[in-house]
Amino acid sequence: MSNSKGLGGVGVFLDDRTRGAAPARRFMRKIFPDHWSFLLGEIALYSFIILILTGIFLTLFFQPSMTDVVYHGVYHPLDGVRMSEAYASTLNISFDVRGGLLLRQIHHWAALLFVGAIMVHMLRVFFTGAYRKPREFNWIIGIAIFTISIFEGLFGYSLPDDLLSGTGLRITQGVLQSVPIVGTYLSFFLFGGQFPGHVIIPRLYIIHVLIIPGLLLALISAHLFLMFHQKHTQMPGKGRTETNVVGAPMYPYFMAKTGAFFFFVFAVVALLSTFAQINPIWLFGPYNPSGITAGSQPDFYMGALEGALRIMPNWVSNVGGYTIAWNVIIPAFVPLGIIFGGAALWPFLERWITGDHREHHINDRPRNAPTRTGIGMAAVAFYGVLWLEGANDVIAAQLHIPLYTLTWIARVSVFLAPAVAYWVTKRICLGLQRKDTHLLEHGVETGIIRQLPSGEFIEVTRPVSEEVRAVLESRTGLPQLPAPAPGEPGEGVPAPSERGAMGKLRVRLNRVLTEGIPVPTGNGHGNGHAELREGEPAAVPSGADHGRELEAGSPDEEERPSGH
Amino acid sequence: MSLITARRRRRAAGYAVIVLGLLTAGVAYATVTGQPGTAAAATPSSASPKQIAEGASLFSVTCASCHGMNAQGTSQGPSLIGVGAAAVDFQVSTGRMPAKEISAEMPRKPPVFDTAQTHAIAAYIASLGGGPAIPSAAEVSPIGADMALGQSLFITDCAQCHNFSGAGGALTYGKYAPALTHSTPTQIYEAMLTGPEAMPVFNDTTITPAQKRDIIAYITTVRSEANPGGFSLGRIGPVTEGLVAFLGGIGSLVFASIWITLKRREHT
Ligand code: HEC
Ligand code: HEC
Ligand code: HEM
Repeated sequence: MSNSKGLGGVGVFLDDRTRGAAPARRFMRKIFPDHWSFLLGEIALYSFIILILTGIFLTLFFQPSMTDVVYHGVYHPLDGVRMSEAYASTLNISFDVRGGLLLRQIHHWAALLFVGAIMVHMLRVFFTGAYRKPREFNWIIGIAIFTISIFEGLFGYSLPDDLLSGTGLRITQGVLQSVPIVGTYLSFFLFGGQFPGHVIIPRLYIIHVLIIPGLLLALISAHLFLMFHQKHTQMPGKGRTETNVVGAPMYPYFMAKTGAFFFFVFAVVALLSTFAQINPIWLFGPYNPSGITAGSQPDFYMGALEGALRIMPNWVSNVGGYTIAWNVIIPAFVPLGIIFGGAALWPFLERWITGDHREHHINDRPRNAPTRTGIGMAAVAFYGVLWLEGANDVIAAQLHIPLYTLTWIARVSVFLAPAVAYWVTKRICLGLQRKDTHLLEHGVETGIIRQLPSGEFIEVTRPVSEEVRAVLESRTGLPQLPAPAPGEPGEGVPAPSERGAMGKLRVRLNRVLTEGIPVPTGNGHGNGHAELREGEPAAVPSGADHGRELEAGSPDEEERPSGH
Repeated sequence: MSLITARRRRRAAGYAVIVLGLLTAGVAYATVTGQPGTAAAATPSSASPKQIAEGASLFSVTCASCHGMNAQGTSQGPSLIGVGAAAVDFQVSTGRMPAKEISAEMPRKPPVFDTAQTHAIAAYIASLGGGPAIPSAAEVSPIGADMALGQSLFITDCAQCHNFSGAGGALTYGKYAPALTHSTPTQIYEAMLTGPEAMPVFNDTTITPAQKRDIIAYITTVRSEANPGGFSLGRIGPVTEGLVAFLGGIGSLVFASIWITLKRREHT
């Protein structure tokens, strides 16, 4: 600590000129909840940083040009092959530039981790209900980041102009052309004429290195700023309330942890890039419109689209001289439309169904919202089937399953698997809730058997610890709409929100969504939300009475300003 | 403090062991798979009556049950009259024939007959009705071939079934295009010439003999190329990459984040 004075001096100097000390202090005191799943988003953030850094390196050597050249470089099996400059320069990055192959591989592995981490991060947010008010907007930003990242990856994948990237572009062109009426124009517009033309690589290049990274940077900043401003959600637990955040403060704990975590992410990317070859474009050869290879797959984040195309029956119709290619339009737009559109609308739909306009800063344990968790797993199953089907030829070849059999399995399970996943997940959640209730009411079984004087055997139980009790008691159930008037339809006037077809639908959906095992009462957590009506402010949220237990000013706790 | 450093050191040792293990595995892998199949079979210059007789007797013992006493075909196997010596050499030297059981496709197996016996049977079948002959060593030699042309021919004519690196791929109805990892230049030539099962025939007008050598040169060179980027992940495209990214990448980072947040709880 000998240099603290010097550092302090610098601090004063900076603060006098920037007035940055107060915000910096607020930043340093920011509390991060200690739950592993809160680090998933950081994998994405750090991969993005790695992508930008390695991407800048690649731009120094990559030539975004479709001019024909004859290759006479180090990789001798392609000696004398005609190819585009883009492809030749990627070969040069791989074989001539010092460290070039490693950086290319880091860029590509980081791209896979980036999108993969976004996916698991989004699943975490969904399953814990962290998207609820006031965070719906950040959820939408997240979906935008996810969507744009997929395009960023697709365009990057297309840049080297190898056989697989060209095949991917060919499919992209097919999808564009399938758009009714304007499809052909769109395709000519993007490719500047016939496929593949000579402008697509330079165009994709600008989009890939400038436009989308800029957009992503802006969206990620907005995402982080909102997260920072609204503070983290937290998992339920002892001392955690809707008005505080319990965890480690930014400085020094979280700073050290997240710094270490950056190095973990970087280490994993570096190890993968050192030991696992990715996108060996020299084996694919340059793009050649008459060539196609077995194992033509996109990167995994496009896999579900590919799978949708592969299971689609070959339906085409002709309306007034225009071909409508259902076999492309449906797989290209419907499945991912359902997933992305559904994800974007879900927070609002859920709010409408539950009539719950409260703010939520304490997350749900997935089991405590069985229907939501079931719907999430159904989406995972739907996406998963399409994803696997995207690799159908590889699966067929490796597991020796006939290709068409696989296609039919996928055609059936794309409808069946989500239903099964929904049902099974919901049952599991309700089972876990029952177990929680049992724990609360009867305590933990200790395994010690006692014999009573009467000769009866009993197992000794011990009440759950306070920490566990706080977690178990976090289950309040989702708000239920009032029960419909019992018996005779004439009796009682239904609430305005229940009238009409929409109202009835809403009540019915509410019944499904709020299904759960009743929480044991008598501990101050009765279901006081039963009479909640649209527009009414909610009752005191669960767990609030624990807030007082922590000493004020504890370094691990932060007040949540009201209104956020 | 010292406890933490000790623990860290143990972790570092763990990483070192993993790295070392990966390196050893890599070297072993490269040594095992680095050998290109180059043994080109010697070709019979001309078939003697003695050789044909030997072939006929081998045929009647092992092949006739399916292909008929005079190779005229049965319900178990097609007629071999006119398929030529090249087809027999391909089928027998790759171990496909004699077939054990009838499946969607006869797999490559260790051959039952040695080269002389194979050539004898081939001579016998050729004597029944001609057909393409076994190519000579010079006809299949990759030396001096135009690999650049071989590359583009391979991608246009073969990769759609055999994959860009010859790793193989699925076809319909349980059939598959096998990996070309072990095919000798002669077998590659014969496969093009005779078009076994689902594979089309690439006769000398579709792909000239010189172009066949170009393709052979490309296949045999690329399959023996080392993988400069690390483990090849099977050279079957992005599917294995995605699998590794999820299981290896995301998986290990999830463990890391669980570990990093667990630590904190121990402290408090
Ligand atoms: C168990 C039955 C069986 C036995 C034994 C058998 N074959 Fe075959 N063989 C087949 C069948 C079936 C086919 C057709 C395979 C196909 O085209 O899918 C075939 C195909 C062939 C072909 C390819 C024909 C063409 O049109 O190219 C040749 C050559 C051949 N067999 C040679 C032999 C020889 C030589 C032997 C003995 C060493 C032998 N077979 C033993 C069942 C058999
Ligand atoms: C329509 C798909 C298809 C195409 C195109 C094709 N093949 Fe094949 N190939 C196959 C199938 C199927 C087999 C397996 C035949 C069998 O089992 O009898 C095969 C077998 C082979 C084999 C034997 C592999 C072994 O086990 O040793 C070689 C070599 C081969 N092909 C080379 C080529 C070359 C070179 C080309 C391009 C000029 C080519 N193939 C094009 C489908 C194809
Ligand atoms: C933000 C700044 C970025 C820059 C400047 C950049 C730059 C580049 C360049 C020049 C290439 C082509 C050269 C080559 O492949 O060897 C490339 C390829 C690629 N980029 Fe980026 N990129 C950036 C971000 C991203 C992001 C965010 C993603 C992922 C979503 C991504 C995914 C890819 C992929 C998959 C390739 C193909 C790599 C390969 O062929 O091995 N890039 N990028």
